[in-house]
Amino acid sequence: MITSMDFLLWAKGPMFQIAIAVFAVGILIRLVEIFALGRRHNYAEARGSELLPGMQTVVRRFQADPGTLKHAPFDVVVGTIWHIGFIVALLLFIPHVELIKSTFGIGWPALPNPVVDGITAITLLGLLAALVHRLTHPVKKFLSTTEDYLIWGVTFLVVLTGYLAYHRLINPYPLALGIHILTAEVFLIVLPFTKLTHIFTAFVARWYNGANFGRKGVQS
Amino acid sequence: MAVPNNPRKTLGESLRQHGVSRRGFLKFCAATASMMALPPSMAPAIAAALEKARRPSVIWLSFQECTGCTESLTRSFSPTVENLIFDVISLDYHHTLQAAAGDAAELAREQAMHDNDGEYLVVVDGSLPGPDANPGYSTIAGISNLQMLQETVAGAAAVVAVGTCAAFGGLPKADPNPSGAVAVTDIVKDKPVINVSGCPPVPMVITGVLAQYLTFGTLPELDEYNRPLAFFGQSIHDRCYRRPFYDKGLFAETFDDEGARKGWCLYRLGCKGPMAYNACATMKWNGGVSWPIESGHPCLGCSEPDFWDAGGFYKALSVPIGDSGDVLVGAGAAGVAVGAAAGVLGRRKSAAAKAAHQPVTADELEQKL
Repeated sequence: MITSMDFLLWAKGPMFQIAIAVFAVGILIRLVEIFALGRRHNYAEARGSELLPGMQTVVRRFQADPGTLKHAPFDVVVGTIWHIGFIVALLLFIPHVELIKSTFGIGWPALPNPVVDGITAITLLGLLAALVHRLTHPVKKFLSTTEDYLIWGVTFLVVLTGYLAYHRLINPYPLALGIHILTAEVFLIVLPFTKLTHIFTAFVARWYNGANFGRKGVQS
Repeated sequence: MAVPNNPRKTLGESLRQHGVSRRGFLKFCAATASMMALPPSMAPAIAAALEKARRPSVIWLSFQECTGCTESLTRSFSPTVENLIFDVISLDYHHTLQAAAGDAAELAREQAMHDNDGEYLVVVDGSLPGPDANPGYSTIAGISNLQMLQETVAGAAAVVAVGTCAAFGGLPKADPNPSGAVAVTDIVKDKPVINVSGCPPVPMVITGVLAQYLTFGTLPELDEYNRPLAFFGQSIHDRCYRRPFYDKGLFAETFDDEGARKGWCLYRLGCKGPMAYNACATMKWNGGVSWPIESGHPCLGCSEPDFWDAGGFYKALSVPIGDSGDVLVGAGAAGVAVGAAAGVLGRRKSAAAKAAHQPVTADELEQKL
């Protein structure tokens, strides 16, 4: 018989190793391939440097341009809120910082639990609102693919199971924690092979854009 | 352990002989009732049942164990009602505590089994080498642990597995489990088994289980690991007096920082309280003096199965088991290699396409159409 503790130890042990291996292999294949392919050689004389404008664009694109904000305020506002919430819960929750410290050897200060708790609740509401909007907005619904719903589900489940585990709403606790860890592992495994790669490639794309502007001598 | 002369004496008679007052006895009954989450009205019923209870025969089998469980249950600074309860059970065999040795000791066990067939309780502490293991890892009087357990349990009313080794395999079963250790429940399938886990278990938990058995003649309600829910129903974390610090996000980060001195939460120092189910936080140890977390040490989660293999004692509960660093380096190197190869292949493909490219003029295209 598999007990909840067996399940937790499997999720924390061999399954975590598998998930992190698939994630590392997958995401590095994607990124290294992008860099190795490079871009077509530009024979035109450079009018400016690439580095600084590239960096600037990476930062500036966090701010939605006025047109997008005007035409799709829901997507900008709700999207920003839950993205920030997700990142805060992921990187600034004490148990996560401990995990990162043990896995990568680097740690940083974390936020008090009640703060992360509140932000997580907002993130869950934001994700739910985003789904409802996607399902009710005719254009968004038309454009949505199965993959879009899949990655919404994978993301939502990680946050939801974390919230349930923190509030100890699933008993016994080893089961609650095991389910949360497993959903995080599914997220890690799915990440390199879906649109979730935007977590990394968004910055690559922004840098290429900005660097291109810089080289041409236009404002980035 | 002193065994009263008359084995058929009732518990009430024995307690009075030991100088326990009626008031003290009723206090114990009330405490037992509340401990087992029974309504206060049950206290007189417990008292009445215990008064009349005949000393049950108990055979205590010690297998691959460290005697810590026996130490925990017998050591006390002053005799308490709980101790006397122990004195008045007929502990017919316990090779650490009994005076008899050798054949006489084994004879006592066989005699108890014969005289109380179908009625005696078997208490086991320690794991035992399983059916597939070399029985020579642990024998008593030349009898393998497995054989002794099977023989003794055959006529028992119930089995109480005391301590994490008996309940779940404990330290002997920890990876790589050299002696092929198994838990009592892996062997005993046809008798009720109550697991009283802990390394060692809280003394009051075993007296509580025995009191319930004497009172109602039934076994307590059990959780998924056959542990009495009355004692193992809530986690250490849920009953921890340091819980408010966890909720506020105040943590000790080393054993001598400000947080440690102020008694903040020990999660970051590896406390397994959130996943450990036991009664330490409420019943405490050494007669209610203190318990591990109160003394400034994180909970090891010793009442849970496989707690030796559940990650470092001083690593936070969220930290994965095993060395993720090596896996990351290996997988990362593989990812870089495959990614670079894919990039090179892509470039070659692009170059080949460029080389094979043949320009077409508009006239040529028109001719084809």
